[in-house]
Amino acid sequence: MTPATGSRERILARIRAAVAVAPEQRIRRAYRTGARMPRETLIELFAERVRDYRAIVHTVAADDVPGTVADALARRGVRRLVVPAGLPGTWLARADAEVERLADDPPLSAAELDRTDGVISACAVAIAETGTIVLDAGPGQGRRALTLVPDYHLCLVRAEQIVPRVPEAVARLDPRRPLTWISGPSATSDIELNRVEGVHGPRTLEVVIITD
Amino acid sequence: MPAFPRSSARAAADSQLRFNLRKATHTIRGKRANVVAELPDWLELRAAGKAIKDHTLRNLDRYLIQLERAVTEAGGHVHWAADADEANRIVTDLVKATGETSVVKVKSMATQEIGLNEALHEAGITAYETDLAELIVQLGDDRPSHILVPAIHRNRAEIREIFLDHMGEWGRPAPDGLGDDPRALAEAARLHLRERFLTTKVAISGANFMVAETGTLVVLESEGNGRMCLTLPETLISVVGIEKVVPTWRDLEVFLQLLPRSSTGERMNPYTSTWTGVTPGDGPREFHLVLLDNGRTDVLADEVGRQALRCIRCSACLNVCPVYERAGGHAYGSVYPGPIGAILTPQLRGMDTPLDASLPYASSLCGACYDVCPVAIDIPTVLVHLRARAPHEPAERAVMRAASWLLARANRFGAVQRLASRLRRLIPRRAPGPGPLAAWTDTRDIPPIPAEPFRDWWDRTEGGAR
Repeated sequence: MTPATGSRERILARIRAAVAVAPEQRIRRAYRTGARMPRETLIELFAERVRDYRAIVHTVAADDVPGTVADALARRGVRRLVVPAGLPGTWLARADAEVERLADDPPLSAAELDRTDGVISACAVAIAETGTIVLDAGPGQGRRALTLVPDYHLCLVRAEQIVPRVPEAVARLDPRRPLTWISGPSATSDIELNRVEGVHGPRTLEVVIITD
Repeated sequence: MPAFPRSSARAAADSQLRFNLRKATHTIRGKRANVVAELPDWLELRAAGKAIKDHTLRNLDRYLIQLERAVTEAGGHVHWAADADEANRIVTDLVKATGETSVVKVKSMATQEIGLNEALHEAGITAYETDLAELIVQLGDDRPSHILVPAIHRNRAEIREIFLDHMGEWGRPAPDGLGDDPRALAEAARLHLRERFLTTKVAISGANFMVAETGTLVVLESEGNGRMCLTLPETLISVVGIEKVVPTWRDLEVFLQLLPRSSTGERMNPYTSTWTGVTPGDGPREFHLVLLDNGRTDVLADEVGRQALRCIRCSACLNVCPVYERAGGHAYGSVYPGPIGAILTPQLRGMDTPLDASLPYASSLCGACYDVCPVAIDIPTVLVHLRARAPHEPAERAVMRAASWLLARANRFGAVQRLASRLRRLIPRRAPGPGPLAAWTDTRDIPPIPAEPFRDWWDRTEGGAR
């Protein structure tokens, strides 16, 4: 690492010389932070914004979650489903007995993940204004590859996880964990600016919002 | 590479290119305007973004050291590269140490700037671009023409041809009977690249932001190729310009609002990934961060020009620029096209070549770029500042000296105005060429000269009272 150390000192010295007489800059945060919204508004806005990304959205009470999940998996024709550790067992209580549940223990290889039909997960935080879901590899979410390689992602969001705007989400999250912010399914606009769901990552995102 | 006027004239004559560019820039600019208008505090966010970047640049040494410590504590390794050669050498050595001969890449302006793919190629390592547009550019042996949508100059028929002709040379060939529907083309790219993602052990990325406080790197993307590269390989190497650092985790609350809305005109881009060093059992086992100077400290030393380092590469300035819309990205001869390229490139590279010296003139100074810039870079002012620093021809210098002598005294200027009024019928609409004056009048009309100078009219009529 000797030559690298030389460049480090040279770059730092050049920076110090360059800004020696530059004025100090104060940071003012006059933008909106700490927003609050009634729960119904949060749910409604979040659902509307996620739909804008062409994701499938359901808003249901906790009692209806098992049925909604079972229907979603059946409609999609899911036979092999990745289930991260820590996912509430009740969510899959009504899922077809023929759905094979794949645990990530021992870890599934990327090729194995590629051969599955989809993944179900919880989330850490959701943002109403932007329709964003954030995963932090916590319980029910698993490592990042689980929600990346399968082509279908069924994600469950509890109402109390929805915050109004980006600043409230940043404040809730722990940067030491690897975070994945998801706003709709994978998409590209590189060909004549036509939006196509793909190219990589799940091309279908289905979101179930649990209201209570 | 010829100077900007010549290459832009060639691009402006290509009607297909002009059509593509116009459609793309107008579409994105409309979307951007809509989502920006949704936020009542856009100007406050913009002011905060500008202030955070200025504060960081003023204290860049301190924040880079803090970042280095945080990344190291989180299990990463930090390398410093003074220039492109050193960065390429560091990355090449890191890849060689893994024993691998191929790498997957997330789209990155910094690695394009240093010509990393070419350097790796010389060392026997193949770099595969995984962003769809970058893939189109790479397969077509072409150059990117836009920061956000690098293949914007290509239409679907051209992309289909490129896939059919060249995909097989790089891996899985395009499917038989491939049509030119964007959905089919995207599917072909998905199949082509998926095998690669599942087997490649080394990835190279850039980053949109680096957080000094926590050592966190951030990548914003749409397709998921970024997530693939940042998650599946065993080794991740990120090459990032030193100006990309922000002080605190909280600062992201500003930039995660400013960047997607300015860039793709969306409330949020489909995927944002953050990672802090390595996480056991999740993602790469080894992480290297290469901090790149490559001219940035020169830019930092320029009191007026250093604001270009605030740039977050959103490309909003390209999409509103009347010059970019007609000239296209290739005419700028740099990975940074458009208004931001016109100020960043000559500062990073110096103004020794005719191309780099011509870039500060690649603008009508209309100011639209300044209006849309999410971090308020005053591009017109920097352009004018750089024009003064650019080398000028003797004839041009003589004209400028004469003009400054003339304009220094009101009586001199008045006398010339009266002379011009008397001779106005003799003054042609175009200056006789060749020479800088003729070049100027080739693209502009000499305004009609009034029969009487305004000041004389004012004196004679007491401001129109008589």
